[in-house]
This record gives sequence, C-alpha cells and structure tokens, in this order.
Amino acid sequence: MSTLPSPVSTHSSLRWAVSDVLTIARRNLLAIVRIPTALVFMIIQPIMFVILFRYVFGGSIKVPGGYVNYMIPGILVQTMIFGAVGTAIGLAEDLQKGLIERFRALPMARLAVLAGRTISDMFRNVIVLVIITGVGFAVGFRPHGGFIAYIQASLLMLVFAYCFSWGFAFIGLAAPNSEAAQAITFPIIFPLTFASSIFVLVAGMPGWLQPFAIHQPISQTADAVRGLMNGTAHGASTWVALGWAVGAILVLAPLAVNRYRKAA
Amino acid sequence: MSEYAVEAFNIVRTFSDGDVRALDGVSLQVPTGQVFGLLGPNGSGKTTMVRILATILSPTSGSATVAGFDVVKQSNQVRRHIGLAGQAATVDENLTGFENLRMIGLLNHLDKAYVVAKSRELLDDFGLSDAANRITKTYSGGMRRRLDLAAALVASPPILFLDEPTTGLDPQSRQDLWGIIERLVEGGTTVLLTTQYLDEADRLAKQLVVLDHGKIIAEGTSAQLKMQMGTTVLALSFNSTGDALRAQPLLADLSDKPANIEGSVFEMTVDNGPATTADALRRIDAAGITLSGLALREPSLDDVFLNLTGHKAEDALGEDPVGAGRQSKRKVRS
Repeated sequence: MSTLPSPVSTHSSLRWAVSDVLTIARRNLLAIVRIPTALVFMIIQPIMFVILFRYVFGGSIKVPGGYVNYMIPGILVQTMIFGAVGTAIGLAEDLQKGLIERFRALPMARLAVLAGRTISDMFRNVIVLVIITGVGFAVGFRPHGGFIAYIQASLLMLVFAYCFSWGFAFIGLAAPNSEAAQAITFPIIFPLTFASSIFVLVAGMPGWLQPFAIHQPISQTADAVRGLMNGTAHGASTWVALGWAVGAILVLAPLAVNRYRKAA
Repeated sequence: MSEYAVEAFNIVRTFSDGDVRALDGVSLQVPTGQVFGLLGPNGSGKTTMVRILATILSPTSGSATVAGFDVVKQSNQVRRHIGLAGQAATVDENLTGFENLRMIGLLNHLDKAYVVAKSRELLDDFGLSDAANRITKTYSGGMRRRLDLAAALVASPPILFLDEPTTGLDPQSRQDLWGIIERLVEGGTTVLLTTQYLDEADRLAKQLVVLDHGKIIAEGTSAQLKMQMGTTVLALSFNSTGDALRAQPLLADLSDKPANIEGSVFEMTVDNGPATTADALRRIDAAGITLSGLALREPSLDDVFLNLTGHKAEDALGEDPVGAGRQSKRKVRS
C-alpha cells in the first residue's frame, strides 16, 4: 500500500462548497449521458403533448391569437415542472443505493448533494427546453414577443422550476424508494398542471375552480411566459411568478436540507 | 495518534420512537493500528454502530470519539480521518471505476492532480486498471467490493470502517479482500470490521466483540473466545430424530458446552475432537444405535452464539433461550 501523503487543498470552505456542488452536478450529468433513455423519455412525453393538443384537441379550443401560440408556452412550463419529478427520483435512487450514506461520511459540504442534483436537473431542463421549442416551431408556433423576451420567458421558467424542484428533492429523500417518490409527485403535479391556464382558458372552468386555477403558481408562470413570448399583456404575472419561486425556495430548501440531515 | 483510534461509551440508539433498541449500551475501545472485529448476526446492531461512528447517524445517548474527535460535535473532523466501505456505502453505477474514485477524492477536498494519481494507483493495486474506464454497472460483485474499498482509501484515512466487506462474495474474492485488508493494517491503518463470519474475524481481527440484540455479549481476543467455546464441533447424523434423541443422554457428559439437535443431527462443541469422537462412537455403538454420518468441523458463528447465549444466531428475534450449561436445546423439525 502506498504511503503517499494526501495533500488537502487549502481553499476556503466556500470555494470547497462550490467545488462539491459542481462535482455532484457533473456526476449527475454523466449519468444522463450514460443512460440517455431517461432523457429521451423526458422529451417524448412533451412531444406527445404538443401533438395531442396541436392536432387532436386544438381544433376544438378557441383562444384569441390562435391556439398554437397559446399552448406551446404552456407545454414548456408543464415540461419544466414534470422535469422536477426527475429530481425526486434521482435522490430517492441515490438514497436507496447507499450513495448518500457514502456522501454523508465525507467531509463535503452538506448542501452539495441537493444543490448538485437540482442544478444538474436544471441543465437537463435547458436541453429539454431547447428541443421542445424546436418542436413548437415545427408545428406552427410563431411568437411575436421578440428574442429578448423569449430568453426572459425561458429564464423565468427555469428559475421557477428550479425553486420548486427543492420540494421534489424533499419528496425524493422522504420516499421509501424511487417508485414511491414518483407516485407521490403525481397527485401534486396533476392538479397543478391541468387545473391551470397551461392548456385552456381558465374562463371556461366552473366558477368554484376558477380562483384556484387563476392564482396558483403554475398558471401565473404560464401566463407570464405566454405574455412574454407572444408580446401580449401579462400584467403582474411575471412578478407574481417570481414571488412564488422565491417563496418556494425559501420554504422548500430548508425542508429538503433538514430532511437530508436526517435521511438514512 | 493516541492509544485508541475509536472509543465509544455506552452508545444507545433507538428507532421508531424508542420501540426498537438497535444498540443498548455499547462501549468499546479500538486500539490504533489493528483490526478490531464486531461480530454478530443480522440485526444485532453492527451496522448501526458503524453508521454512528462514521457520523451518518447520531446516537440516542452515549458518546464516541474517532481519531480523538467527538462524532456528534466534531463530525467534520471525524470525516477527514475515516474511510467507509461495505454494506453501508456503495459506488455509483453510472460512473466508471476511475470516475468513482476521482469523485470521492474531490469530495474529500484533495488536490486534483493528486486525486488522479492516487485513483490510478489504487485501481492498479486492486487489479482494476483494465476495468478503470468501464461503467461499474458492468463490474462483478468482487470488483465492486474492491472498488468500494478503493473509494474508501482515496484520502488515505488512518481509520477504516468495513461493514461486512465480504458478505456475498465468492471464496476467491474473499481471500483477495482479506489480503488487501492485511496489507493496509501493516501500513498502519486501524480497521473496524463488522462480520457475520467467525473465520473472517478469526483471520483478521486481533480483538473482537460479539453483539447480540444491540448488546455486547462477549469480548476478547479470538483465541480467548475460542477457548470459551471449544475448538471443534462434532456433528453426528442419525437415521432419525428419535435416534438422535436416544443418543443425546449418552453423550451429554462428553463436553461441558451445550449441545444441539436439529432434525436427526446432533451437534456438540468439544475441546478434544479425536478423543471425544472415539468415545462418542463407542457409546453409540454399545447402545445399538446406527450412525449415518459424522463430521468434525470448525465452530461457526452459530456455535459461538449457542455457547454464549444458549440460542442460535438465526433466532435473533427471540425464541425462548434455553438455560446455559449442560442443558441442550431441542429444535426438532417434523
């Protein structure tokens, strides 16, 4: 056995925390490269939604400005949120396989496993966003808001999804296994994405559902993204969406970190 | 480093709001530079103990120091001095062997160039250099265990926790791993090893504690423990359980250790194998009982447990233990 000394680098703890986050994020991104089927499934699902709502349901849904321009920004938001399910599954798998045990016995930053995971999942969301934008253009999406507004809308979605992914990180750590983690996310995501302005106008929903559908965070984000992309009025929804995102991360990140401390 | 690499005082750990007492007042002292064995069946609390010492889990009460640092209050310093491998830890299946070691090295905050060199060296040492750039999902069980151990060694920790490192391995891989552990200890590493296998503890560990239901039920060197339990197990197979039960009173005074009947097999721990065997055969023959088989074997963990607790290791969840001494436990299967 070698008796080489092991030189501990002398960077500050903050630099090491950043380095730990990047090491974990890199490891997660390598997993995407190694098992590309996971990414392929993440892309196939929104493509099917695009086709379904463009060519099957779209003909019966009348909105001002044309349904394609209404629906594509919505599906982009939906896809970002669905991506967060991957955060829950990924962490549940790491926990199940014992990797988190190993990480917890290392002198690394406590936050790095969660921050690395949520950041790598955001990168994955960027890839998905680019692809689904391309698919949208292919089926006739023609936004008029201009390039800058399109980028702003994309960033808003990514930030929103990132902040909420901490809640999914919590679920991943709290669930007994990855299948359960996936199952738990479904009843949370389903009402939030479908009782929303993602696919249809809230005005067509029954009166008792409308207050929820209008004010819930995913509708607000979808309205803001749609307004920015199409260059139409979106009122305060951008700020409301950002407010939701900041509020979410302030509540959910401590929850997830606390859960990580206890997870075993 | 001081005399003891690891010291634990009266560690208690409960789960499910106190309903389960995984550890019930365990104290131990692991001398620096040796292999210390934690022996016990599944569910005895071995892994819980390792997880507490590795700062993964906190004790419900009691205290412990590793490398002189408190596992609760100074957990980060503890983590700089330990490596963990075995059941409780694992490798990343989607990374190559090299990438796994590199990741662990970087998370230990070691210099990048050093990590790369050290990873290559460990892969070489453990016979994994050919597989270094293969995804570990394709590794065999033995290769994974070696990589797992290598990952625990990237930071050259002075104290190593090995939680059942050879469970589920084929005999050759076990031998290989034992050799690696022996070389590490020669290099000055302290190893705390948990195992279900007496031969493993016997081969590697200078000192042992035996855990059962979260309590230490015996401790000492493996020679001392063996002396307590006799050196050989005499196993006599009969044609029927009835024959075994008839033979039992004839043989009872051959050893002061408890005997056991399982089906039609009578087993007894004896101090002097050949002489006792000859004696036993004469008595059985004189009584006109036919023997269908005979074996002398090394005592197993089961035998240790039978001797120490009066119950077998598998009975961990408590069939009523039969009193110690000469009384034997009958476990007759229909």
